[in-house]
Amino acid sequence: MSYLDGLGVYRPGDSLLHRAPVGPKLLGLVVASIALVVVRGPASAVAFLLGGLALAAIARIPLLRVLRALRSLLLLALAVAALQWWSSGLARAVESLLDLLTLGLLGLTLSHTTAVTDMLDAFVRWITPLRRLGVDPERVALTVGLAIQSLPATLTLALETRDAARARGLRTPRAYLTPFVIRVVARAHETGDALHARGIGDD
Amino acid sequence: MAEIRFEGAGVTVGERTILAPTDLVLRERRIAVIGGNGSGKSTLARLINGLVEPSVGHVLVDGLDTVRQGALVRRTVGFCFTDPSAQLVMPTCVEDVELSLRERIRDRTERRAAALATLARYGLEDRADVSVHALSGGQRQLLALAGVLAVEPDVLVADEPTTLLDLANTRRTGDLLLSLPQQLVLVTHDLDLAARCDRVLVVEDARIRYDGPAAEAVADYVGSIAEGSRER
Repeated sequence: MSYLDGLGVYRPGDSLLHRAPVGPKLLGLVVASIALVVVRGPASAVAFLLGGLALAAIARIPLLRVLRALRSLLLLALAVAALQWWSSGLARAVESLLDLLTLGLLGLTLSHTTAVTDMLDAFVRWITPLRRLGVDPERVALTVGLAIQSLPATLTLALETRDAARARGLRTPRAYLTPFVIRVVARAHETGDALHARGIGDD
Repeated sequence: MAEIRFEGAGVTVGERTILAPTDLVLRERRIAVIGGNGSGKSTLARLINGLVEPSVGHVLVDGLDTVRQGALVRRTVGFCFTDPSAQLVMPTCVEDVELSLRERIRDRTERRAAALATLARYGLEDRADVSVHALSGGQRQLLALAGVLAVEPDVLVADEPTTLLDLANTRRTGDLLLSLPQQLVLVTHDLDLAARCDRVLVVEDARIRYDGPAAEAVADYVGSIAEGSRER
């Protein structure tokens, strides 16, 4: 399923970023994201983008994969930029466009170099102190994992229902949105059953 | 072998009877459940691990009540679904097996090693870091099974595990299921597979129509279809 390839899936490797511990990597992403928004001007946006590209290069992400992942984001970024150009001028538009691409690039770099299991383990460690407040760390980590996993699964359902509606020659949004929503809910029930059956989340 | 015991266990939803009160003791190694769509087969299977709770009566696995001791029962009884996609919840193959092992093995390195060993056992070692979405249907069902069997349950309940598979994968999955050391309760439409079991239950209209050796039970089911079409 090539259309899912762009979505962040971990690829094992031995680059510097693959070997870096999860905590600093995630913290770095948070700090960089805030800095991106706080520091203004197209010049710094270009600098951030170059920095993002350098990180992707250090992580040795294949160029094709980068382009594929950024392609879908580019549409959104272009729409935002067009709106910005109209409302606040060209400089802001360029900045928004580059900032969004940089964020996408940083996110891709993190998920390319970090297995979800390692992220879950890190989450469990970080929120274990909250156990005293009645938080179950394993359960929170599982929720995060499920949220990450539900993206490609939901996308697959969306494409299937759209194809099914097309095959019957139905063009109205209702013809695919209604079954899509029903199937997402049904899938959620099935996943719940499966977790239950595997004894995951049992008290 | 574990002992699965139905004591007048039945399921009703509103006015509708999904499964009439049923008494059963299952001790055989390989048990198949066959019957038409909507006959109550799946409900019977889901009662065994407490995914469905009986409206009347009790279901016991080795003396454990599926309602009151649900978590313990689910540790004893693994469950395999028709559509593996719903069952696979992590992004890559090895991570999904690791999820099963989280509770048993706390150490990360050990857990990964155990997960890789499990994948190797089912011929999936080269798929460890592949996205679960990139697998073929047959491999996906194999991975779902690996995830369930990783925690070494005593009983495996499989609800139409081969319905979505092609002939080669149906054979492979069927052979694997029948060769497991676990006690197997197999809900299936594949009569060849059912015929290889030690005992077969035929379910019709929310009750068990026939219960006996494989060949006779399959013949009864096929006969019941012929009867039905004559009446129509």
